[in-house]
Formats: sequence, structure tokens, C-alpha cells
Amino acid sequence: MNKTKHGPLAHIVKRPAMSWYQAMAIRAAAILLAALVCAVITVVLTSQNPLAIFKTIFEGSFGSQRRFWVMMQNLAMLLCVALAMAPAFRMRFWNIGGEGQIMIGVLATAACMITLSGKIPNALLIVIEIVSAILAGAVWGAIPAFFKAKWDTNETLFTLMMNYVATQLVAYFIIIWESPKGSGKVGIINQKSQAGWLPQVGSQKYLLSVLVVAVLTVIMYIYMRYTKHGYELTVVGESERTARYVGIKVSRVILRTMMLSGAVCGLCGLLMVAGTDHTITTTLSGGRGFTAVMVAWMAKFNPIGMIFTSFLLVFLQKGAGEIATNFGLNQSFSDILSSIIIFFLIGCEFFIQYKIVFRKEEK
Amino acid sequence: MFDFVSFIPRAVGQSIPLLLGSTGETLTEKSGNLNLGIPGIMYVGAISGVIGAFFYEQSLPSPDSINPVLGILIPLCCSLLGSFLMGLLYCFLTVTLRANQNVTGLALTTFGVGFGNFFGGSLIKLTGSSVPSIALSATSKCFRMKLPFAGSTGVVGKLLFSYGFLAYLAIVIALVSAHVLKRTRIGLHLRAVGENPATADAAGINVARYKYFATCIGSMIAGLGGLYYIMDYASGVWSNDAFGDRGWLAIALVIFTIWRPNVGILASILFGGLYILYLYIPTGTDMAIKEIYKMLPYLVTILVLILISLRKKRENQPPASLGLSYFREER
Repeated sequence: MNKTKHGPLAHIVKRPAMSWYQAMAIRAAAILLAALVCAVITVVLTSQNPLAIFKTIFEGSFGSQRRFWVMMQNLAMLLCVALAMAPAFRMRFWNIGGEGQIMIGVLATAACMITLSGKIPNALLIVIEIVSAILAGAVWGAIPAFFKAKWDTNETLFTLMMNYVATQLVAYFIIIWESPKGSGKVGIINQKSQAGWLPQVGSQKYLLSVLVVAVLTVIMYIYMRYTKHGYELTVVGESERTARYVGIKVSRVILRTMMLSGAVCGLCGLLMVAGTDHTITTTLSGGRGFTAVMVAWMAKFNPIGMIFTSFLLVFLQKGAGEIATNFGLNQSFSDILSSIIIFFLIGCEFFIQYKIVFRKEEK
Repeated sequence: MFDFVSFIPRAVGQSIPLLLGSTGETLTEKSGNLNLGIPGIMYVGAISGVIGAFFYEQSLPSPDSINPVLGILIPLCCSLLGSFLMGLLYCFLTVTLRANQNVTGLALTTFGVGFGNFFGGSLIKLTGSSVPSIALSATSKCFRMKLPFAGSTGVVGKLLFSYGFLAYLAIVIALVSAHVLKRTRIGLHLRAVGENPATADAAGINVARYKYFATCIGSMIAGLGGLYYIMDYASGVWSNDAFGDRGWLAIALVIFTIWRPNVGILASILFGGLYILYLYIPTGTDMAIKEIYKMLPYLVTILVLILISLRKKRENQPPASLGLSYFREER
């Protein structure tokens, strides 16, 4: 028995690029598996017939016209933030400060609405609002980008901290602007005059933001895919050294892309405050800055793919919310279900990129 | 006059969850894993302990008949198990399946916070019990047991001996972690894995095993932070979202201490103090300013982050491979 020493039982090698339909099949399988796990959990917790549960989930988004529009609004907002994240992430700039960039846009919009209402014509107010929200977001995004470009400061941690600076700023101004005094919140801003409110398109209050985001999706797709800027940021993401070698000014690309990223987040804040909610709270962004990271990543930063991934999450959120309401459970149920789906989608990427090779029997 | 005698114990009470969270995260980050799931893990640590204690208290004929040893051990083990599983999940996805660490971490936080709030909000309904809210006062009493001489030693006793055992455990864990990282071979290997996994691998260190162990142990330590908060600081009363942004603050603390758990002991008290400073500073009717005080820990952290990247001192840098998955065959 002279056994030679074996290599490990299995090892992992990188696959050659997989065709898109194979990759899609793996992702679909992952979603199906995740749905199965979610279904089991739901059935255990509610002890209901699974078919009835799926019906409830569906009704959460499509049960009535109002629900459909609320779903569309949530989808539009999440997609908007995800669109903002995409260019930064493609550049390998881990911007997890979407939350803060939204909040600063929210703050800028509310500041304009509160301090300038009645002093200038409404049209001018709206223009100032739009400019200041986008500018505020861009500046908030540019700060960590500047330090990253100049001194290579860790951007993940920097943007993360900026979230809370922004949130606390909002909390500070909420107390300053609170109305009625002592309530600790700002009610509907300019309820009577509706000064600074974005105009309503058609009969639906949510239609405007859906349209804006739809246009934005197309623009972002073209920007990332067919423009020089989009090309440059992709090169910087793939290899900073290559970018430098071919004469791309890396620091300028970083700064520009992050300003864009922040500006789109600021726009999202504007749409929320001036478009639909007409108020300001510290929880207005609702964790979208973080969820959007996952949305963008799962779609591989492809704006068209992000429509699907954000729909998936919003649909699930609404459906799980409906289950929770029907069975008297906590609304956080939706967070559990959506993160299970995300776990599966994150995990399945491995099987797209790598394959496992088992040890061959020696002859 | 600034009331230090009542300020310090409250600041310490605030600081312990931060200290445990940041010690756990430091260990994790030293292995090159940027675990942004810490806030979620702390929630899971808290709610797992609550679930364990809840079932134990429900099984008792009356809350007074609680056995102090079981009353502490059951929540402690549940909490450790819960946060261990979270750490394992993170490792499986990022180390074995090589998923992106930021995305995995954020998903873990969503999951953990959702898990905590869901069970915190639905535990009573799911178990069909008759209590109006989750208030584990008997268990909390066990966790808050003080040293017998704490009451009789005056100011010194109040400042030094008036805390539950988890607070002292947190300090011990921080000191031990600092020692292990700095002075032992295991710590050296761990740091090597975090700085340059390829080199560590070539030197015969099992990279995946170090990452797994560091992250799971780190998660368990962080989970204890959640347990301390709920059992000691909040007196066993669960309310949704009460834990707030402390998990992120713990991550901030890791940077603030420049990846040194022993520095974390004092730094966490500083952060905890900043968190409640507004209660002690006479601001009159100006409630708004307290929100600015709450911003300070984050601002200071940003400042530290900028300074260490400016000075480029090698021993103060984040672990070089922080946030990157390691794949042996990728060159």
C-alpha cells in the first residue's frame, strides 16, 4: 500500500464567462429556492395554506389601484437611489452613504420650502429647490470623494459616517422648524399655499416621480454604457493603474462620479419632500440608501436590470407587509423575507463565476 | 457644576455595548473582513437572549423563583448562539462563496434588525402568552447584580463597582483581545491574514480558518453588546428600534481607536458620554443643540479617518486587504 499524498478533495476554479441565459437560470433557481424558504417560514409562522399566502403577497402590490401606485412610488424611489449608486460602484467606490445624500437633499428642499415660501414666485421657488437639492447631494457625495482621491481615505467608512452627520443635521433642523412648537416634528409644509410643491402630473400624485425616475433610468443607462464618462469610470473601477497609464485623470473621475451619485440621491430627496410627502422626518429615506446598494449590486449595476431587482424587493416588501397586517405580526417581517432573497442572490453569484472541481481518481 | 458622579456611570452604561461591538468588529476587521452586519448582529444577540429569557421566565411559576445561574446562562447562551450563527452566515457568504463584503454586511444588518424587531414585536402573539409586553425584570435583576460592597464604598463604589457583570466582562474581553492581537502568534497570523492573505497563505497559514474564527468570535462578542443593552441598560424591557444606531457607532469606534481594543475602553466611555452629554449641559430650552452633540462622535470619527490617511503612518492604517475577498488562484 504505497498511497501517494492526495490533493484536496475539491478545489475551486474560475469559470470562463457563462452565457447570459445560463447565468439567468442560476439566478432564477436561487430566487425560487429563496421563495421556497420564505414560504416555509411564513407557513410556520402563520399556519396558513401556502396558496392563500401567495395570494396575499400578490394583493400587497396589486390589490387595489391605490396599492399599485404606492408600490410604483416605492419602486421609483428605490430605483432612483440604486441608479445613483451604480456609477460609483462600477468605479469600485463603495458609496454606502446614499442614506446621507438623500437626507441632505431632503433637508435642502425643506429649507427652501420653509424659508422662501411667500417671498418669491412659486415657479422660481421650485427651480431654486431643485437646484439646491441636487447641489446639496452633490456636495455631500463630493466630500468623501475628495479625500479618497487626494489621500486615499477609506470611502466605505467615510460615507457611512456621513449618513449620521446628515441625519443629525436633519434632526437639528426639525426641532428648529417644528410646528406646532413642542411637537417634535414638522407637519405638512405649506399645506395651505402649497408653495414649493412639485406640480401633479395627471390625476395621480405619484405619477411625476415615476416618470422622472423612468427618464433617469434611460439616461443613466446611456451614460454608463455609451459615453466617455461611463467608459472612464469603468476603467478606473477595473484597474486604477491602467486608467492612469492611458491618461485618465483618476481623481477627477472619482470626484465627478461621486458628485453625480450624490446629485441623483439629492434628486430623490427632492422628489420625496416636494413631490409626495411634503414633510421632513429623520426616517424619510427609510434605509433606501442601504437597500439600493444591494439592488444595484444584484443587477450588476445595469440600470435596466435594476428595474427588476428593485421591483422584486418592493413587491416582496409590500406582500410581506400585507401578510404581517393580516396576521397581526410585526411589519419587520418584510425585512426578514427580503434579506433571505438577497442572501440567496448574493450566494448564487459564486456558482456563476466559479466551479468546483473534484479530485480525479488516480489510475 | 457638572455632576460627574452621576454622569460617569451613565456614560459607562452607554459605552459597554459600543465597547463590545467595537472589540468584536476590530477582531473581524483584523482578519480582513469588513463586517457591516454588526448592527444586525447586535440586534440578533439582544433578541436571542430575550427569547431565551422569555421562555425561561414563562416556564417559571412566579418570577421570584428564578434561579440566578440559569437566569444568566440561558440568555447568555442563546445570545452567543444567535450571533455566532450570524457570523457564520457572513463567513459562508464572503469567505467560502466570495461574495462582496459590503453587500453581504448590509444584507445581514437588514436581516438582523428585521429579525429583532419582528420577534420583539410578535413574540407575545406567536407564543400566545398573556403578558402585555416583554419585560424581563427577573432576568434583568440577575444581570444587574452588583458587587456586595458597591453600596457601602461611597463615590468610588458608584464610579467603579456599580455595574453588572457584563460590563467588567466587556473590559476583560477588550484587554484580552488587545493582548492576543498584539502579543501572541495567533494575533500575528491574524494580522497577516488581514494585511496580505496571499502572503499569509504562502507562509502556511490557513486563511479561511482564521477568517472564520475571527469573524465568528467577533460576532459573538458584538452580540453580547446587544445582550448587555437589553438586560442591563434597558432593564429587560424590549422596545423596537430602541437600540438605535449604536451598531454603526461601534463601527465608528473601531476607526476612532485605530483598530486597538484596549484604547476602546476609554474611547467608548468618551463616545457614550457624548451620546448623553446633552442631558448634563445646561442648554435651557434649546432642545435642538442636543442633536448636534449626537453628531459629534461621527464627526470626530471622520476626522480621525482623514488624519490617519493623511499621516500615512503604517501602524495606524486599516488592514490592507479590508473588504476584499481572498481567492488563492486569482493573481
